[in-house]
Amino acid sequence: MARDDRKPITYKDAATEALLQAMEKDEKVFLMGEGVDNITGVYGQVLPAYKKFGPSRVIDTPLSENGLTGFAIGAALDGMRPVLIHQRNDFMLLAMDQMMNQAANLRYASGGHHKVPLTILSFVARRPGEGIQHSHSLQSVFAHFPGIKVGMPASAVDAKGMLLSAIFDDDPVIILEHRHNPLFEKKEFVPEGYYETPFTSNIVVSGQDITIVTVSITLVNALEANTGLNVKGIFPEIIDLRWLRPLDIYPIIQSVKKTGKLLVVDTGWKSCSISSEIVALISEKAFSFLESPPRRITLPDAPCPASQFLEPFYHPTTEAVIQVVEEMI
Amino acid sequence: MKKLYYEMLRIRLVEEKLTDWCNAGLIKAPVHLSIGQEAVAVGVMAALKPQDKIVSTHRCHGHYLAKGGDLKKMMAEILGKATGCCKGKGGTMHLFDDGVGHVISAPLVSASISFAVGLALSFKMKGEDKIAVAFFGDGAVEEGIFWESLNFASVHHLPVLFVCENNLYATHSHILQRQPSENIAERVRPHGVNICRINDANNVLRVVEVATSMVDLVRKNQPCFIEACTYRLREHWGAGEDWHLGYRSREEGEKWIAKCPFKQLQKVFDEEGIPRSEIEKMEKFIKKEIDEAVEFALKSPLPSRKELLSEVGG
Repeated sequence: MARDDRKPITYKDAATEALLQAMEKDEKVFLMGEGVDNITGVYGQVLPAYKKFGPSRVIDTPLSENGLTGFAIGAALDGMRPVLIHQRNDFMLLAMDQMMNQAANLRYASGGHHKVPLTILSFVARRPGEGIQHSHSLQSVFAHFPGIKVGMPASAVDAKGMLLSAIFDDDPVIILEHRHNPLFEKKEFVPEGYYETPFTSNIVVSGQDITIVTVSITLVNALEANTGLNVKGIFPEIIDLRWLRPLDIYPIIQSVKKTGKLLVVDTGWKSCSISSEIVALISEKAFSFLESPPRRITLPDAPCPASQFLEPFYHPTTEAVIQVVEEMI
Repeated sequence: MKKLYYEMLRIRLVEEKLTDWCNAGLIKAPVHLSIGQEAVAVGVMAALKPQDKIVSTHRCHGHYLAKGGDLKKMMAEILGKATGCCKGKGGTMHLFDDGVGHVISAPLVSASISFAVGLALSFKMKGEDKIAVAFFGDGAVEEGIFWESLNFASVHHLPVLFVCENNLYATHSHILQRQPSENIAERVRPHGVNICRINDANNVLRVVEVATSMVDLVRKNQPCFIEACTYRLREHWGAGEDWHLGYRSREEGEKWIAKCPFKQLQKVFDEEGIPRSEIEKMEKFIKKEIDEAVEFALKSPLPSRKELLSEVGG
């Protein structure tokens, strides 16, 4: 039964809907992962698919991240469209060989013969107390490798559309949702039908005073900051990056040519990261338009502390965005 | 039986040609020759149907040819030519011919085993009458993903055959420096798959016999593991012999040379009254095929510069 799309739904439920619609659309789509069928069903996202399609297409698996990735690649080489789910992106490091040495390279190394339509869905699972191996945000590591796409939805509309784009793309795609609130439970109007989000960055707010590029949940910080900044007569242009690879830099270049100022806000570390990459590209392609040095708000180069008393100082905040913008203007 | 000899001879003669190419400096890549191990690839492949699929490793030439892979595309690939099976971008360690069911080869030890499990999962989901076969060496069982693959295939009753070519050495390290015993199959047994250890897998008829019975079980969704004991006669990679390195003794090698897959089958031919002239005919036929493939590969165009950035994806 069609959902009433005049009612808003959460980011979490939008992704749930994408999984269901992908499986309805194409019987070659199947889901697998650790605990996908259990009582919590990956934060609730997989349970509806399990209830509808059962264990033959929603496969609970052993704890074998590297192996599972290889099984999914094998199935993809046979024309299936597997969606491999890891409850935290930290766990994906166990599968680096299969993701990067294998999945990302097989199309190239086969002279274009093989397609690997594999989707890896995972989560930045940031919550207090999760610490060094359950809450990191590793998108820049994954985006380093040619041959694999990497996306981070920052809205309910994109949580659905980007996941559908990933599942029906013929290359391996990593989608990292962000489980922290106020994003995961945030409600928005989301089209009920099937749609895909293009592999482009997204100008969410138009402005002329400064370009703010956001990654994942930092869009929420930027939008909150925007309200306060507008009151002070500062009108930023806010661009949600959406995809780290392919990286759609053109709208950012155009924006910087207009504003002359660049701030990048990322959920990952600063060194050797997507924020480094964006600043480098803008330096290469729009240097003469920059009126001040680009700035970045990222995690400090330290692991995530578990303590609830330290962790709030670790992540980018709305206040930090306001402060840096005011310093730059 | 003549077909088995023919297939083994084809692999041997092709790899002898690659030896010539190496010595002539034509190959700018680490070729991993399977000379000495031909009976495993040929014996297992004889038990398969054309629609069955295989995956292989860096030592993949024998599997590729035994499954029916195109010789011209193989030779061109090894030279890095545009007409190669991977357009020159995979090379000797990534040979594949999907059209005949050799899906991919990958040299990162043990990685491709998991692909076979995934293929088998796909066959089962689609209800297709196919099995998947993973070829790998004794070193591969030291990787976690081998055990992950075995576990998953067992739990999900997947139509996959694991074929471990135990040639005693991972590069230059003997198996007893790396594992608690030479017998791998016994360590696999508790995973709930059917096992068989072939002590002399240079005996191609024995390999066919075991593979045929194992494949029957695999078709009933009972995964199986074959440990095929054999011996690599050449260097880990390259065309020469390597007794001078001292990591293995010539005496050990002589024992395996005495079990030469060709000599063993010739003996059976003699018993069956098959004349040696049959072998000579085969040799002549194969050499003609090789000459044609060599000419094709040498005359093939180089990949164009734009191939560098094509089919990257992502």
